[in-house]
Amino acid sequence: MKRFSLFPYVIWMTLFIVVPMFLVLYYAFTIPTETGATWSLENFGRFFEPIYLRVLGRSLRLAVISTVICLILGYPAAMVMAGNAFTRKNVILLLFVVPMWMNFLLRTYAWLTILERNGVINVLLANLSLPRLNILYTEAAVVLGMVYNFLPFMVLPIYSVLSKIDKGVVEAAGDLGANAFRVFTKVVFPLSLPGVVSGVTMVFMPALTTFVISRLLGGGQFTLIGNLIEQQFLVVGDWGFGSAISVVMIVFILLSMAIMSFFEGEEKDVALW
Amino acid sequence: MIQHRKTILVLAVLVLVSFGLTACRERPTIYVYNWGDYIDEDLIAEFEEETKLRVVYDTYATNEDMYVKIKSGGSTYDVIFPSDYMLTRMIEEDMLAKLDLVSIPNSLHIEERFLGLEYDPENEYSLPYTWGTVGILYNTTMVDDVVDSWDILWDPKYSKELLMLDSQRDSIAVALLKLGYSINTLDQDELAEAGELLKEQKPLVLAYVVDEGQDKMIAGEAALAVVWSGEATNARMENPDLAFAIPKEGTNVWFDVMAVPKYANNKEGAMRFINFMNDPEVALRNAEYTGYATPNKAARDMLPKEITEDRTIYPNEEDLVDAEIFVNLGQTLSLYDRIWTEVKAH
Repeated sequence: MKRFSLFPYVIWMTLFIVVPMFLVLYYAFTIPTETGATWSLENFGRFFEPIYLRVLGRSLRLAVISTVICLILGYPAAMVMAGNAFTRKNVILLLFVVPMWMNFLLRTYAWLTILERNGVINVLLANLSLPRLNILYTEAAVVLGMVYNFLPFMVLPIYSVLSKIDKGVVEAAGDLGANAFRVFTKVVFPLSLPGVVSGVTMVFMPALTTFVISRLLGGGQFTLIGNLIEQQFLVVGDWGFGSAISVVMIVFILLSMAIMSFFEGEEKDVALW
Repeated sequence: MIQHRKTILVLAVLVLVSFGLTACRERPTIYVYNWGDYIDEDLIAEFEEETKLRVVYDTYATNEDMYVKIKSGGSTYDVIFPSDYMLTRMIEEDMLAKLDLVSIPNSLHIEERFLGLEYDPENEYSLPYTWGTVGILYNTTMVDDVVDSWDILWDPKYSKELLMLDSQRDSIAVALLKLGYSINTLDQDELAEAGELLKEQKPLVLAYVVDEGQDKMIAGEAALAVVWSGEATNARMENPDLAFAIPKEGTNVWFDVMAVPKYANNKEGAMRFINFMNDPEVALRNAEYTGYATPNKAARDMLPKEITEDRTIYPNEEDLVDAEIFVNLGQTLSLYDRIWTEVKAH
């Protein structure tokens, strides 16, 4: 019976995950010839040219920066929501979730009008006789877009772990003479690590593969891995090279998951995923 | 008895279903796939009214998007609007159906000089929908120099003030024109030179855009932008500070055409649609709405003089001496792909 109920899921996964995966692998490891296709590593060879490695480097760098900023901004927010200091914590939680009800593209487009030269921020600055801020179409704008869009994915898992920590443990640490700082470093933070790990993963992966944010807020100048893949499939039609980049990306994501699960330790069940 | 009732029930259902089917059959549909904001949509309603056909209307952003969708075969559109070079590619790959010119009598309104062009020499597969050039849209309050050359796009004075097109053939063409080469060159060295020029230009570029360019120029966010002529017309109506110039080194004359995919389900409906769009009155209203130049002579004659005499919208033949039409590049396309990928990744 159990087997039987699994059946639809197995079919679903085979059709929509396993088969496409093999197609991507097939395209990545073959090149078209006059008569069909032949096995080749040419697509991967091309990826390891300096120009594309720089794209990979840029993607990793921006993803790491965004993830760190999200963590720095998100952790205190999660602590405030999980703590007792603030009575209306549901309101904050709602404020984090409400923007996600709106379309992601729309929210990113909104930043275009906010950041542009004669946009909201600059009009405000000009009225206060302050110098203008020209950050649209720069790397800073891309990072801003990533942090803005992915921050909830950092806050929510950390919040869900923090709010489940037994208050008794924290009180015990205090009773045993630890000051607030030591309570945090020795008790709260280690206990919240599974939430941090899933938050970091959930921000890092989309940040690494995004192509919309870098195109809209970076003005098409900061090509990231996601843009490179999109371009190969939609504009250029070089499915082989596009698939090879995707395979490299899969390897990177598997690696980061392996590193993360090493940190995650035993308490997997607390994490969101 | 129960058996009988069942039979009656089944029959009733069958009758109902077949009514439903005939109802559908009475309202045949055509699927139209066009560029975004590239038609006066009121005309679609009028076409439906006139022919009793239902129109399902979808849009795309670039030729390449459309090509991939038709090529993958998942969708059956009846009328599409590819540009010249893409039309040739689709003809060569046997993706199109021949037009039945007998059922498109309005094709006689199309100006002679827009027929029989290299991308479809016999007009077997296409009729032109709009045409235009590529040039520089600039803000006269921000640019003091005379804008008459592609060179200005490499002037460090306008660093972070210029917008390039995020479209590979168009941007590479700009560099080739500046260098004095053909925009259809197959020469590897010339292309490599154009690629280097674009990489050199990249630090000066504010952004690579397609549709947002017009809005950015209207809002005064940039001084110079490479745009298609029809967009320039629209932008200049919104912001009188803007002007449009076709550089002296030459330009690309392009055509967007109407064609019918090979596997279209309603070819007859498609022909009626193409005929409808070539009706002088309809073409006139469409030209007024889109701002793009119409190849329809009867419609052009009815347009206000200040539009048809504006050589940035309707360049005359001597303006177009140095202009070239894009041709399909075949295998060399992959070289263009590679150069553009490298410029963007630089």
